[in-house]
Amino acid sequence: MSPAEYDFLRQFLKARSGLVLSNEKQYLIESRLLPVARKAGLASIAALVSKLRDPREAQLADAVVEAMTTNESFFFRDKVPFDHFTQLMLPQLLERRAAKRHLRIWCAAASTGQEPYSLAMCLKEMGPRLAGWRVEILGTDISNEVLDRARAGVYTQFEVQRGLPIQNLLKYFTQSGDQWTISAELRSMVQWRKFNLLESFAGLGQFDIVFCRNVLIYFDQPTKADIINRIGKLLAPDGYMVLGAAETVVGLSEAFKPVPDRRGLYAPNLVAAGGAAPIAGVRVAGLGGF
Amino acid sequence: MKHCLVVDDSSVIRKVARRILEDLSFAISEAEDGQQALESCRQQMPDAILLDWNMPVMDGLEFLAQLRKLDGGEAPKVVFCTTENDVGHIAKAIRAGANEYIMKPFDREIVEAKFQEVGLI
Repeated sequence: MSPAEYDFLRQFLKARSGLVLSNEKQYLIESRLLPVARKAGLASIAALVSKLRDPREAQLADAVVEAMTTNESFFFRDKVPFDHFTQLMLPQLLERRAAKRHLRIWCAAASTGQEPYSLAMCLKEMGPRLAGWRVEILGTDISNEVLDRARAGVYTQFEVQRGLPIQNLLKYFTQSGDQWTISAELRSMVQWRKFNLLESFAGLGQFDIVFCRNVLIYFDQPTKADIINRIGKLLAPDGYMVLGAAETVVGLSEAFKPVPDRRGLYAPNLVAAGGAAPIAGVRVAGLGGF
Repeated sequence: MKHCLVVDDSSVIRKVARRILEDLSFAISEAEDGQQALESCRQQMPDAILLDWNMPVMDGLEFLAQLRKLDGGEAPKVVFCTTENDVGHIAKAIRAGANEYIMKPFDREIVEAKFQEVGLI
């Protein structure tokens, strides 16, 4: 791959998905994109790049973005956020929304569905406490391919053994060979939608809880700050945002403040002017995607 | 250091499991069947037991039933690790008092996830 081709792909991916590739990620591009090229009947990355320069190749462009952003996911990944969910967020919001009996949860990088389904299992475990409640879970991802898998809810024997308690496997899955399918009831609890986090959040509505885990790491600082600030705007003032174990709002945005002793959990910072002010020095203007 | 008893009639599986669990800071002892495992537990009750199902002399399920009757036998966390990977077997193991269940083939991540699940790590 020539330096010019590499630069083109970096810019292309940044503009399309926000994905930021550092120098020397050629191996990653080649391992992910050669199969895409072959599938499209192209012999090399060079041939793929020259096709991508043609704006009419929308389908190929989508396939390239998907191949570069697809990620592994686990049920109950990192465990701690789900403890926050059942021990703190849910009890509190059930009390605060007792009149409305309605909650909305957004999984902003739902991948193959393990996170939304883990939340659905947590809700089922609440049992009769949720009787009469409407709890919506929206799972979005930039990749259609992973969303198709999420919708189908079929997982391999390896996937159902990473993070999923065996009791939950027995309770919520049916087996066919070494494939395990999540129950129709849990599938009906989650809505799926293809969505690019660089696009406007208008139309998504308001949420009580947003899980945005292990996706900001792919973006540069201004894009991270911008996404966090925009989440701040669609979150209820008494709602919560959950970031990944290696992610933080500190130094990026004053729209949120960490919840003490709850790693990865953030609450809207209502003291900050407007609730979503970027801190000085972080430039958020001039981003693509609006 | 926590102590894990690895029970499997395959020396290869015992070796693989030992390597993974030693990396997770467990002290390991081994048994080749349920009978040996029971002897080992009578002498020193481990914190965890990684347990195969199909073994000569005494199988894993029979061992588990015997273990839970022993003095202090309720304490160890028992994680089955077997090629029996159908719902029927899993349900039977859980009813008999197993804490978790690994379907072979397994890898480091699965062992770690399951041991975390039962609070051993």
